[in-house]
Amino acid sequence: MSATAIEHVGAHAVQHGDLPFIRKYIFSTDHKVIGIQFLIMSLGFLLVGGLLALTMRWQIAWPGRAIPGGGILPETMAPGGIMLPEFYNSLVTMHGTFMIFFAIMPLLVGVFANYLIPLQIGAPDMAFPRLNMASFWTAVPAALLMIASFFVEGGAAAAGWTSYPPLSAVAEFSGVSTGQELWCLSLIILGFSSLMGAVNYITTVINMRAPGMTWFRLPLPVWALFITAILVLLAVPILTGALILLYFDQVLGTGFYLPERGGQPLLWQHLFWFFGHPEVYILILPPMGMVSEILANGARKPVFGYHAMVIAICAIAFLGWIVWGHHMFQSGMNPMLGSTFMVTTMIIAVPSAIKTFNWLATLWKGDIHFTVPVAHALAFVGMFVIGGLSGVFMASTPVDIYIHDTYFIVAHIHYVLFGGSLFAIFGAIAYWFPKMFGRMMNDRLGWIHFWLTFVFYNLTFFPMHQLGLGGMMRRLYDPTQYPHLEPLQPLNRFVTVNALLLGAAQLLFVANFLWSMFRGRKAVANPWRANSLEWSAPSPPPHGNFTVTPIVYRGPYEYSAPGAEEDYLPQDRPPAGQPAPAPELVPAQ
Amino acid sequence: MVRLHDSMALLVAGLLLTGCGGGGGGGEMAGGESAGAPAAAAIDPTTVGTIAGRIAFEGTPPAGSPIDMSEEPTCAEKHPNGASTEEVVVDQNGGLGNVFVYIKEGLGGGPYPPAEGSPVLDQDGCVYSPHVIGLRTGQSLTIRNSDGLLHNINAKPTTNRTFNISQPTTMETTRSFPLAEVMIPVACDVHGWMQAYIGVVDHPYFAISGADGTFRIENVPPGTYTVETWHERYGTQTVQVTVAAQETADMQVTYSEQMAANAVVPLGAPIDLHGHDTGKHAGTAHGGR
Amino acid sequence: MNWSLPENVSTFGAQIDSIYYLILGITAVIFFAVEALLIYFIIRYRHKEGRKAAYIQGSTRLEVLWTAIPLLILVLLAFQSRSVWVAVKDPARIPPDALELRVAAKQFEWNVTYPGPDGRLGTADDFTRRSQLRIPVDRPVRITLTAEDVIHSFFLPEFRVKQDAVPGMEIPVWFQATRTGEFVLGCAELCGLGHYRMRGTVTVQTAEEFDAWQREQSTQAGAAAAN
Repeated sequence: MSATAIEHVGAHAVQHGDLPFIRKYIFSTDHKVIGIQFLIMSLGFLLVGGLLALTMRWQIAWPGRAIPGGGILPETMAPGGIMLPEFYNSLVTMHGTFMIFFAIMPLLVGVFANYLIPLQIGAPDMAFPRLNMASFWTAVPAALLMIASFFVEGGAAAAGWTSYPPLSAVAEFSGVSTGQELWCLSLIILGFSSLMGAVNYITTVINMRAPGMTWFRLPLPVWALFITAILVLLAVPILTGALILLYFDQVLGTGFYLPERGGQPLLWQHLFWFFGHPEVYILILPPMGMVSEILANGARKPVFGYHAMVIAICAIAFLGWIVWGHHMFQSGMNPMLGSTFMVTTMIIAVPSAIKTFNWLATLWKGDIHFTVPVAHALAFVGMFVIGGLSGVFMASTPVDIYIHDTYFIVAHIHYVLFGGSLFAIFGAIAYWFPKMFGRMMNDRLGWIHFWLTFVFYNLTFFPMHQLGLGGMMRRLYDPTQYPHLEPLQPLNRFVTVNALLLGAAQLLFVANFLWSMFRGRKAVANPWRANSLEWSAPSPPPHGNFTVTPIVYRGPYEYSAPGAEEDYLPQDRPPAGQPAPAPELVPAQ
Repeated sequence: MVRLHDSMALLVAGLLLTGCGGGGGGGEMAGGESAGAPAAAAIDPTTVGTIAGRIAFEGTPPAGSPIDMSEEPTCAEKHPNGASTEEVVVDQNGGLGNVFVYIKEGLGGGPYPPAEGSPVLDQDGCVYSPHVIGLRTGQSLTIRNSDGLLHNINAKPTTNRTFNISQPTTMETTRSFPLAEVMIPVACDVHGWMQAYIGVVDHPYFAISGADGTFRIENVPPGTYTVETWHERYGTQTVQVTVAAQETADMQVTYSEQMAANAVVPLGAPIDLHGHDTGKHAGTAHGGR
Repeated sequence: MNWSLPENVSTFGAQIDSIYYLILGITAVIFFAVEALLIYFIIRYRHKEGRKAAYIQGSTRLEVLWTAIPLLILVLLAFQSRSVWVAVKDPARIPPDALELRVAAKQFEWNVTYPGPDGRLGTADDFTRRSQLRIPVDRPVRITLTAEDVIHSFFLPEFRVKQDAVPGMEIPVWFQATRTGEFVLGCAELCGLGHYRMRGTVTVQTAEEFDAWQREQSTQAGAAAAN
């Protein structure tokens, strides 16, 4: 394996300099370039998705008041800048769709899987570089279709990101026809992009690890991304199938989900959530892996319970297949199924708890250096705890009777997805930015962004628990139409104001990101004094990553090891007294 | 993989064209289609005639069902004596209102004097006003919400394109229908008793009978025509009418309750999820409960 | 931050609330303990000149401990919850002498069909009211829930009742009011542009008031139908 890898490296190092701009940066097969392409696309969707949410929040806080700048919107969406209910439903739908499918998922499965896997296992690139390129360029038309759906007659999809039929299948019910169809087509295409990526990641991790990189010497991000790729491989086809059936119901007159044509609405829910629950673990496992990495590095201490962490990742992934019914407790499915799913759902909280305790134990007796990545990783732990604990309420079927489809669920979602995944992503970007771009992100801007985000984020989403407990349902264009919700309006306005401030704070991140890419302080190869293999490569690494295939001698978390000179010990540093291996210039055969 | 992309691209291109074009259907936002029309030439009264008459109802009309508006106090207050469905509106002299009368056959095909103004379909007191409205093809219909609360206008034509739009507050929206269609049912889903009918014809020779059953169609070119009357419960009847210049052709039509049993009421289809076209619709669209 | 639930006016609502407060108590303890530990560790083990981190790989004992204890708590919680869930949702447990109603959800109304004075649904003296659910106090009510177009969700927050109404399905829901008054009926599943306004009123009356109202409504409906 290593011999082939070296030959690969040599060949590529020669060719790379001859590539035209379009092959180097647009249609590139280099996993690092592809990772950065996904990064630009996903960050764009993150910002637009946030803007959609802020527009929604405006309407909730001040129902019927013209949106500032809303005059540019067409009459069909917001006459005179005042939002129509059907447009609100589209905003709700597209906010969720953009964030889950085009922001968070590609940030993890497109950006960090792509960028980190070959580097952290000591490989020159992915197993299938051209498939990797196809994966990004398949995601692009999917993204364009989704954006285009705003501009067709009837507007964008408006049945929620969960798209339950019959509402999503029959245009007369939602008022949206083409937009709903484009939503299906876009996600079908995106699914293929994800599957291409998953195949690549799994193959690469199994087959292309550098010599000495045994399974239990893999950094936790790789474990997490590997297991996540398996989840993607198995779960996404279910969604694709469900979407195809929905699309047929929309355009061909079939009746998979429509009772008048012999179908069942609940079929969609089972299929969607059978994908949907593993999907949320796809969205949280890579952040967990990256947080472990950043915390161990920041505390100068091994990850506490590395093996337990790996087992927990596998347990979460495995158990994630048998909990989907907890999204359907009140759906009309047999209530006895509810009991079964409640038990499995309660159980799946355990591996997440294990991981939380292990993170705490990693910090215990550590030597914690507060950097921006560490701050974000700590915020992940603190916020993920809240998200996880709120999940216990909805896992209990009788309590779920009350809180299902209320803002309590919205609070939970955002504590795990924003408080969890997004904080981890911010931390991971700050941590690996030097490797990606050869420059450090601006520290002061990073800290200001972190604190503003942390404060406004909590002020935005924590009150949603109370809104939900007060009985506020989801997806309401105007809560004041319900007498029991009018007393909650001050809280809704409070949430909106903080959401607007939260949105404004993200501009700092954008500014930092863009400015640092070109004018940031130049980074050394290993600015964080970390152990994993990517830090042995230059910042940024050349095409082919390593001039010499690394040889791995130890695990990734040998921080503050007794007898070591420094408080870190890179994986590929030869043990004391052993000379570095000579670079092999010809294949060993 | 390449083949998949190509067909998806075709599908997508096709869908986008359908979505963006919107030309073949109705329910479009009314632009300024009257703006480009030539100025109306003054009609010479010596060359045209009139069709006038009365729709009568024989027997005792069925009473409208009372509408329960207690969940919508803003509207209930506008009906201090209560409100009833307007399926059959008969005055004390037996005149049947809300009958759509129009020339069905015999016209030369135009050119007709251009449509003027924008008729208003108002939602006032959670009731459509008027209950039956007539429109020229391409003419702008102003849908007005006078109640200041959520109404949605769910129009279900068969020839024109359907639409379902909301008006959450006091506001006006305009729509037009490019194709002739008698009649287009319009309903509000927030207030299930609300029902109206829009008749779209491509000429100006239509009228709706008033509360006393009388109607009048003016400026009709001389000729012999088939005139059809449409009622939402009792269906259609046709009459042959000859119009001479400067004369009024009289038309008397009578409906009775017995006609309800076998009435043929041409109507835009309700949502038919069985996926087959039933052609003529032998039922009426009842909105009231 | 107010963690309390609104006033409960149903019999099984009290059981649901007690599970909620139990979970609240448990999670609150865990929350404070974990966050306090996190903050403490951040402060106590922050980098200082000369500090060296301890090289600790893990502890199997601790892993077993903090696997077993959460597992135990959560599984107990599951079984505690289960009995309440069964009591509320199992159709076999619906009290036999319940007042039977039908609720048909449609965009954007709840059409409630009541039996007439004969006490049986499906007979000529039935009548239907729009978005008004009127029931007698202290008597179980059993609703057969249907939907005509899309999925809606029948939500009575003060009664702790929620059940999705699904086209093509007839789903039983039951509850019993513990006091008279006016309460909220809302839709808890996105059902189109009017979803935010698909509300109704629940009126709980004494048995006598309800019977009188039922007779009056049935007579009116009969008179209207006869025309």
